[in-house]
Order: sequence, then C-alpha cells, then structure tokens
Amino acid sequence: MATYDGLFDTLGLRSWCDSGDGGGPMSMADLLAQTGGSGDGGSGRLPFPSLDSLNDACAAFPQSRDLTVGLEEGFLSIRDPLRAIVDPLTQPLSWMLNGTLNIMTTTPWFIMIPLLMLISWCVGRSWKIVGLVAFGLGLLAFVDYYDYAMQTLAIIFVCAFICVLFGVPIGIAMSRSDRLQRVAIPVLDMLQTLPPFVYLIPLIFLFSVTEPKLYGIAVILYAIVPVVRLTDLGIRLVDKDVIEAADAFGMTKRQKLFGVQIPLALPNIMAGVNQTIMMSLAMVVIASMVSAPGLGILVLRGIRNLELGVGLIAGLGIVILAVLLDRVTKASLARIDSSQSSR
Amino acid sequence: MTKPVKISIRNLYKIFGDDPQHALKQVQAGKSKADLLNESDHVLGLRDINVDMKDGEITVIMGLSGSGKSTLIRHLNRLIDPTSGEVLVNGEDIMSWDESRLRGLRRQTMSMVFQKFALLPHRTVLENAGMALATQGLKQQEFETEATKWLERVGLAGYGSQYPHQLSGGQQQRVGLARALTSNSDIMLMDEAFSALDPLIRTDMQDLLLELQAELKKTIVFITHDLDEALKLADHLVILKAGAIVQQGEPQHILLNPADPYIEQFVADINRARVLRVRSVMTKGAPEGKVCGDIAASDNLESVISRARGALDRRFRVMEGDTPVGSLTMADLMLALVPREARIPA
Ligand SMILES: Nc1ncnc2c1ncn2[C@@H]1O[C@H](COP(=O)(O)OP(=O)(O)OP(=O)(O)O)[C@@H](O)[C@H]1O
Ligand SMILES: [Mg+2]
Repeated sequence: MATYDGLFDTLGLRSWCDSGDGGGPMSMADLLAQTGGSGDGGSGRLPFPSLDSLNDACAAFPQSRDLTVGLEEGFLSIRDPLRAIVDPLTQPLSWMLNGTLNIMTTTPWFIMIPLLMLISWCVGRSWKIVGLVAFGLGLLAFVDYYDYAMQTLAIIFVCAFICVLFGVPIGIAMSRSDRLQRVAIPVLDMLQTLPPFVYLIPLIFLFSVTEPKLYGIAVILYAIVPVVRLTDLGIRLVDKDVIEAADAFGMTKRQKLFGVQIPLALPNIMAGVNQTIMMSLAMVVIASMVSAPGLGILVLRGIRNLELGVGLIAGLGIVILAVLLDRVTKASLARIDSSQSSR
Repeated sequence: MTKPVKISIRNLYKIFGDDPQHALKQVQAGKSKADLLNESDHVLGLRDINVDMKDGEITVIMGLSGSGKSTLIRHLNRLIDPTSGEVLVNGEDIMSWDESRLRGLRRQTMSMVFQKFALLPHRTVLENAGMALATQGLKQQEFETEATKWLERVGLAGYGSQYPHQLSGGQQQRVGLARALTSNSDIMLMDEAFSALDPLIRTDMQDLLLELQAELKKTIVFITHDLDEALKLADHLVILKAGAIVQQGEPQHILLNPADPYIEQFVADINRARVLRVRSVMTKGAPEGKVCGDIAASDNLESVISRARGALDRRFRVMEGDTPVGSLTMADLMLALVPREARIPA
C-alpha cells in the first residue's frame, strides 16, 4: 500500500480520489520496484510527498510525467499560431545568415583575408592586431579550415550585429525607466543562466532544423544579454554632474542622449559588444547540433566519430577565432578609453 | 542709483519627500526642519525664501554645507521645481513656462558654472566652451570665434584643441567659466565654482571674475561657504541656515551688525581690517576742524592704519571722488575692528 493512503482517508477525500481514473501509467519508481521484485517500496522510508507518490495513494493526482507531457502538449497546441507570427518576423534573419554565409565563403581568400585585416585596422588602429589577424587566419587556411572558419565568422557577424541593433536601444530604454529595468533584469538573468542547449529545444519544435534562423535565434537570445546590461549600466553610470550641466545649458533629450550619454557610456557599451561577440562564438559551436555550419560541425564530428585530430584542431581553430575577435574589439575599446579618459 | 531687479524669488518653499504638499502645510504652520524629518521623513530644503537680485550685481548666497544653497540656485533655472512660491526673471514668473520656453531661458538667459566643472570629457576645450552655442544648433565654424575669444579672455589662449583631462583643475574651471561666458547670457549662476581649487588659484579666479564683471556687468549669483570669498565678491549677501534666510543685505552692514549668533560666529574669525571699508565706519557729513589727511571712502581700514603709521590720535577726511563725505577718527576705526559680541559695554 502507498504511504499517503492514510492521509487521504483521514481528509475524507477517498471518494474524490477513486473518481479519478486509476489506470494511469506506472511511474518509474513503480517500474523499478516491480522489476527489482522488492515489493512494497514504501516500507521503512517516508518518501517525499511528490506528485508520483501522491498519485500512488490517490489516482486523482497527476503524475510528474503528466506535467512534462502537459507542457509539451500545451506548446504543441500553440505552435501553429506562434509559428504564423514568428516565422515571417524572423525570415529576414534567415536571409541575412544565408546571404552573409554565401558572400563570405564564395569570396576568394585573397580578397577576404585583406578585407578582414582592413576591418580590424579600422576598428583597432593597431598594426600588431592586424598582423595577428593575418597570422591567425593564415594558420586556419593553411590547415584547410578556412571555409569552416569563414562560416563561423559569418554567423557571428550577423548575430552580433543584430544583438547590437536591438540590445543597445533596449539598454537605453532600461536606463531611462526604473520600471522597465525591474522587469527586464530577471528576464536577462534567465537568458544568461539557462543552459545553452535549452534554447534549442523549443526552437526545434518551432522551426524546421534546416532553417538558419533556428540557430540564429538561439545565438542571439544567448548573446544579447551583455550588450543590453552594459548599455543600461553605462548610461546610468554617466557622471550626474555632466548630465546636470547638459540640462542647465538647455539640451533636449535627444541632444543629451546622442551628445552626452551614449558617448560617455561608449566604453561600457563596447565592453558589452566584446562579451556579446565572445558569447555568440560559444553558442555558434553548440548550435552546430542544429545544423549551424562552421568549426562546430568539425568538433561534433570529432565527438561522434571519435576523430580525435579533427576535433582537437577544430577546437584550436575556435580558440584562434576567439583570440582574434577578442583582441580586435578590445583594441577598439582601448582606443575609446584613451581618447576620453575623464580625469 | 538703485538698479532694476533682475531675478526675484518670492515665498519659495522646497520640501523633498513623497507628499510635499502635506508637509508644506505643517512647515507653514511652523514645524521645524528636524521635527519634519523625524516625524514624516520629509526633508525641508528651503523655507520661505525671498530675495531680490539686482541687475549687474553679484549676489552671494552663503551657508554651511546642507543649508540649501545648491537647492536654491537650481530653482533659478528650474533644474529643481519648488513645492510652492515663484521665481521671477525679468518680471516674468518662470514657473508658468513650458518646456521649450524654459529651454530658451537656459540657453540664452542663464548659464551655469559648476563646482566639479562638469565639462564634457569627450569634447575638446573649444567644443566645451562653445557648448551653449552648439546646443542652439550652431556649427563649430560658427561658434569658433566667439568661443576662442572667451577662452583667450580667461587665459586659455591656445588650449582649444586639448581635452579637459589634459588640463589642471584651475584651467578646467576656466573652461567652465568660458563656457558660461560664450553663451552671452545676462545671468550667470555659479555653484561653489571655486571651492574645488587651491587657495592661490582660487584668489586668481576671484580676481578674474571681478575683472570680467567690471566690464560685463552681468547678474551673477554666486554660491560659497567661504566668508572671505563672499565678502570679496558680494554686492548683496544672503546667509542661509537650515533652508531659511537668516540675514541678507550689504556685506559690510552684515559684518558690522550681525543679526544672530550664527552669523556672529561666522564673522568672528574674519580679518576685519582688510574687509571693512572706510565708508561703512565713518561719521557722515563733511568734517569741521582739523584733519591730518584725506582718505577714499572705498579704502579698507588696513590701508588707513598704515597711512596713520599706527598712531591713534589721527582724524581723516573721507573723500568720495572729489567731494568730502565724512570723517574717521582712529579711535572709531579701532573700535570697528572689535567684533560686537566681544565689546564691553561702555
Ligand atoms: N534630491 C534630494 N532628496 C532629498 N533631500 C535632498 C535632495 N537634495 C537635497 N536634499 C537635502 O536638502 C538639503 C540642502 O541640500 P543642498 O545640496 O542644497 O545643500 P548645500 O547648501 O548645497 O550643501 P553643500 O555645501 O554641501 O553643497 C540637505 O539637507 C539635503 O539633504
Ligand atoms: Mg551644494
């Protein structure tokens, strides 16, 4: 007999219990108990009054399995209307990803590598960084991982761009409204602490695995957090005295935002962009499980087929990309910092 | 000789807290700042302030830390809104003004200099100096001559392309001053503008301000907690204590007739010989009889003592320009040097 029978009897709920359909599937514990042949599982120990053990005593209680199944069914039932809305909204993301992937992999290397060097010069203004970029990309190309690296980079560029595009305005809005900040911070916390794999699960249900936006959304959701947070923080940290001076000289809200707040928050915003890029890289590797192309695929192959060498070199390639991206963004950060160190 | 009133503050109250209107009634019924804070957690910022600031004069507001000086000056350009009362600028109540009119006031009529300089760190000195004009939509070429002119005037010729962090504190505040001057506003608000500077630089800046003022005749509202500075600059001195005015008037008058022990304490340590002027202590009316020389009404007592070579039996004729206006005996002079509370009744 189940442990909690007595409880329902004394509460006088027995008839309510029995009115439920008694024939639910057996819980895992029951199954184990049966196969193990140990008979009454409740003997001696008091199980926690969980859904499963309460279900044993009273069939009207749902099993914990019902909870997860219910969630799944609930999601499936809203899937179609949700897809009808989200699908067209996110379609541009697929186009952007496809387009950029296409451009970056079809452009010949002797144009692409100098172009990337030029970009890192514009951002960082440092020959050392440009040299590092040339060396890193050259190394990857030398071991024939150039195409994979370009795919990974393409995804990161698109996703980081979209993160900044949405993240900075969201951060600005948060810095202006305490109420919005109170609402948004728990959401950001959740996005940041949810294990990266978990993003993929509902997305797989929502879109087909072949669509690029599937991994695009996963990457963006994961990587947008730092740029939002640091934009909000950066604008809130702007010297109150300077803001007061801006007010005292009759600046409009717009002039204040673009002339004072954003420029002074720029070091923080750029630190956020740096983190956003690094997090996109991390997620893009994981997203190769849902067909994101790039170096992650090779890592996955290394794991699946136990191709140690492939996996290790791909992993090393990711490290090289990470170092390059980090150094380039840090260099631009340093440039901003030195041009406006406040005192 | 009386100048028109430029800014006028009428029955101004400011209470910080959740329900200022309710607290206002209690304050108007006579509740003290401490009681208000203890009983209802509201801070009394300003209580029943009435000041007239005359055109072309320097009005100095003085008080200890927390007495509400910054709060008061921020009402003049409505960086802070009052709980009750009105502020008249050129005779118009700015409380009724909408946002765009207020912006016009801040851009064209009033400029401000801050204790911590509050320059834009990402803009050059020139751009900072031209901030008021840039805010009005002028391009750099359009404000450059004006900004350069004022930068030169405050002694920063050639620094235009530097960034604020490359300058010393004193130089940064000169930029702050140039920024206020470039706006060509009639009114300048200065919140402890020189307090962050070391004493020598501070004296330089005071001299610079007086020199500019002699020429520009702006209406300046200057805040300080330093009595020496107040006496040096003020045409009209307002003394605040715990959000209320304890005394206001001509500085020499306040020095000779402190209205309450708080002010007596304040003025006790001052070098009276250097601060007091002959005009404030002389006997009025052209002197009869023998005098041993002429002194100017605007001389300070120190210079008279040195003129008399320390002798106490002299009597001087006081001249205002070419006309004799009074006389001063050394005995009166010496007596004026003794603070009132230290005097023994005759
Ligand atoms: N935003 C605010 N909320 C609550 N209380 C405030 C606020 N601003 C000022 N006060 C209070 O008003 C009083 C006057 O402050 P204020 O800053 O005007 O003083 P101050 O005379 O300028 O002092 P200091 O010389 O230190 O600058 C203080 O008691 C302060 O606590
Ligand atoms: Mg202050």
